Parts: sequence; structure tokens; C-alpha cells
Amino acid sequence: MRSKKISSVELTQLYLHRITALNSKLNAYITVNEEMSLVQARAADVQLAQSKIHALTGIPIAQKDIFCAMGWRTTCGSKMLSNFIAPYDAHVIEQFNRVGAVNLGKTNMDEFAMGSSNETSYFGNVKNPWNNNAVPGGSSGGSAAAVSAHLCAAATGTDTGGSIRQPAALCGISGLKPTYGVVSRYGMIAFASSLDQAGPMARSAEDLALLLNVMAGFDERDSTSLQRETEDYTRDLNKPLNGLRIGLPKEFFAAGLSADVAQAIEASIAEYKKLGASVVDISLPNSRLSIPVYYVLAPAEASSNLSRYDGVRYGYRAPEYTNLADMYEKSRAQGFGEEVKRRIMIGTSVLSHGYYDAYYLQAQKIRRLIAQDLSKHLSNVTSSWDQPLPPLPSIWPRKTMTQCRCTFPTSILSR
Amino acid sequence: MSLSINDVYKVARLARLGMTEQEAQTAHTQLLNIFGLIAEMQAVDTNGIAPMSHAQDISQRLREDVVTEHNQRELFQAAAPQIKKGLYLVPQVIE
Repeated sequence: MRSKKISSVELTQLYLHRITALNSKLNAYITVNEEMSLVQARAADVQLAQSKIHALTGIPIAQKDIFCAMGWRTTCGSKMLSNFIAPYDAHVIEQFNRVGAVNLGKTNMDEFAMGSSNETSYFGNVKNPWNNNAVPGGSSGGSAAAVSAHLCAAATGTDTGGSIRQPAALCGISGLKPTYGVVSRYGMIAFASSLDQAGPMARSAEDLALLLNVMAGFDERDSTSLQRETEDYTRDLNKPLNGLRIGLPKEFFAAGLSADVAQAIEASIAEYKKLGASVVDISLPNSRLSIPVYYVLAPAEASSNLSRYDGVRYGYRAPEYTNLADMYEKSRAQGFGEEVKRRIMIGTSVLSHGYYDAYYLQAQKIRRLIAQDLSKHLSNVTSSWDQPLPPLPSIWPRKTMTQCRCTFPTSILSR
Repeated sequence: MSLSINDVYKVARLARLGMTEQEAQTAHTQLLNIFGLIAEMQAVDTNGIAPMSHAQDISQRLREDVVTEHNQRELFQAAAPQIKKGLYLVPQVIE
């Protein structure tokens, strides 16, 4: 674009044509709005002509349909919000607008980000571009499929228990879940607030760094936004890996790891070693407990967050009801899908009288034990191996517990 | 774990989720499964461990006591299922 070989409008149209041709097959996008995208592309071309440019000016980015974008339908993959037009921009959207990136459309996702295979979306399954009979992973499966199939230059995702890392792995792209608090959650529809974190999904580490440079930063509207010095995430891209210590949690390489995945991991470990990194065996003895802990804490927070959908101020309202309580109960019963209702029931149960101490508080205590395991090693190693897929995806599987065991621990500490 | 079908109805009522008898049966089975999965936690010794509610060990920021949001009622009510003269309409609750 800088060398004027292609304009933002041309590039945006190219992707829009590909979406028209392929989306009926992959279902990666829930909403595309050519006119709104092209308005941004034209504005970017004006900026480019005036040389007022940022690395992402004019670049078409797909946005997970969990981010409110003013004037765009924002559904979170749910019937509950199937007609919701966002009246404001999420912080992430504002940041992309500020540098003149183009919003190419809203990508499909598991309903309210609850799922790991993109099968819970009200708008239908997303297909893995590499094999249309396989799942793309989830919950950011639409973004992963869109990046993988060249239906956008890059995309955004969100990760609560693996929702960026796992679909990125299943679609063969790069994905990053940043440290909790690095990217503002303002305008990002809440699932489990103490775990939710937005991050980039792209075709290379360099692209991830360029996107994170835009997405990251302090925002006073998110009370958990980290106040840190601004970082340039591209700074170490060309640095050799000498001195990098990679921790391999032995618990992730135990039973349940299939032979082909083990082989692929061994090959990449060998590659990292060749590039100068060293590998350290570590142990996270409490990591198996991250599954029960997650299945208490995430639904508990979700049941509270999703209480806002009552059919009064926005969202779906049942067509018939007898009184206010009946209106709430019918609107929520009809507006939420099965998986969302299941998690609301779990969350409400563990928070209710008689269960709170035994389950919710106990889970929070074990969360600290798991975090302590990780902290102990993170002072010693520069990165830990967060390998999101022990058994490779067969045909339309749900994510197995073994996969969760590998992504949940780092979600809990969020490093 | 002794969770009865009546407990399921109670939880559904707390969560404001309407449920048919068949849905309640399904929810009952699902909840029993989940409680089976999370039962493993009970055996863990957490004596003296403080609950960790958040990844960050920081306290809430304070801000200046000034107006930061302006009235945008019409914009926000555009998404409402039913409004009248700037008010949200719901079934009557007071006689």
C-alpha cells in the first residue's frame, strides 16, 4: 500500500469478493457490511495519500462478533443479541479505527464464547478451511477460519479458557492470549470477567505483534486495565533465541497425548533448540485441578454477567408472557442456547446457599495453588509451553478435557 | 452430592430461566455430571490458602468525582424491545 501497488479500497474489495465466494461454505462471518467497510477503506486511502500512516492503515481486519462496533450488528453468536446494533465502540475497535484499519466484518463464534468447536453459535457451525468436515476450534473459530482461508488480513479473538490458542492451533495460524489486563475489556461482551482477555489472531508472529501494538494500552474505562509503560511488541522479533528457556510441564505430556501430536511437538522442540533456546522440564502438580476450578469459576462469573439479558433494555424479548417474571423467564429460555443455559445453571448452583463455600470458595483457593505452581517456574523460565491440543481434531469433536488441561492453567494466572 | 429435581427448579427460578419438565430432567442430569467432575476439588487441602478471585493482586483505582458520561438516552434506547416517551415498558408490577 505504501508503494501504491494496491489501495485499501482494492484490498478490501478483494477480501469482500473472497468472502462472498467462500463464506457460504465456511460460515466464518456472521455479519459483513460492504458499504461500512468501504467507507473506512476510502478514508484510509486519503490518509495513505497524505502519508499519515501507521503499519495497519487501510488493512482489513475481521472482528470477533463479541466486540461492540458502533452501527454494526453485534450478536455474540446468540439469538439473544441477533438484532442488536451496537450504540458505541469497544476500546479495541476504537484503537483499530484510530490507526485507520478497516473493519471487514464480524466473525462467527460459540454463543457468548462458551464452546471450543464453534458448534454452539446460533448462526451455525464454522468449518475448518483445511478440512470442511473438521471443526475450526472455538470460541474464536470464525476468526481463526477467516485468517486461515485468506478471508481477512488478520483478526481479533478473545480467550477465557483457550478460545484464541486452541482455534489458532486447529486452523494452523498464530494466536496470542496476552497477559490479563493488557487489552481493555471495555465494549467486549463479558463471559467470565476475571479470565476474559482479547488478543490478536494472524498469519505470523510479526502480524500478531503489529496487532497487539494497536490493541494494548491502558484504558480507564476497564477497572482491570493494566497501567504499564507502552511496549513495542515487535522489538524482539529478530532477536536470536539464545538464552530463551522454555518450560515443558511434564503433566501436559502424560496420558491422553496422541502420538502424532507428540511427534509434532518433539519436532518443534528440536527446532527451538536448533535456534538457540534451551528446554527445561518443569512440573505443575496442580494443573489437573484447573478443569474443575474452571468449571466452577467461569460459569459462576457467567451466570452473574448474563443476568443482564432480561428482555427489558436490549436483546430478545419473548413475544408472549403473562407478567414480568414470566417475561424474564421466557425471554431468557428462548433467547439463550442450550450450552449457555447449562453454564448459567452450573454457575447459579455453585453460588447458591449451601454450595458457595464448598465449591466456589474452594475453587478460588485452588486457583491460587495453580497460580503458585506457575509463578514458581516463571521466574526461572522465559516461557512455558502452552500446547493447546493433545489429541488432534477428528471429525466434529468437542474439545476434550485433555485439551482444556493444557490451556486452563495459564488462563488462571494469565501470564 | 444429593441434588434433587426440586433443587433444579429452584436454581432455574433463581437464574430466571423458564424450564419444561423435560428440560429440568436434562438439567438435573447435567448438573449431577458437573458435580461429579468437580467433586475432585473436595479432597484438596486448602487450609490457610486465601481465595484468589482475580489474576491481578491490585486494588481498584479511584477516579476524580466528575461527570464522565453524558445523557445518550435516545441512542441507547434504540436497542430496546419496547419504549414509550423515554421509558422502558414492562408488564405492570404494581396495581
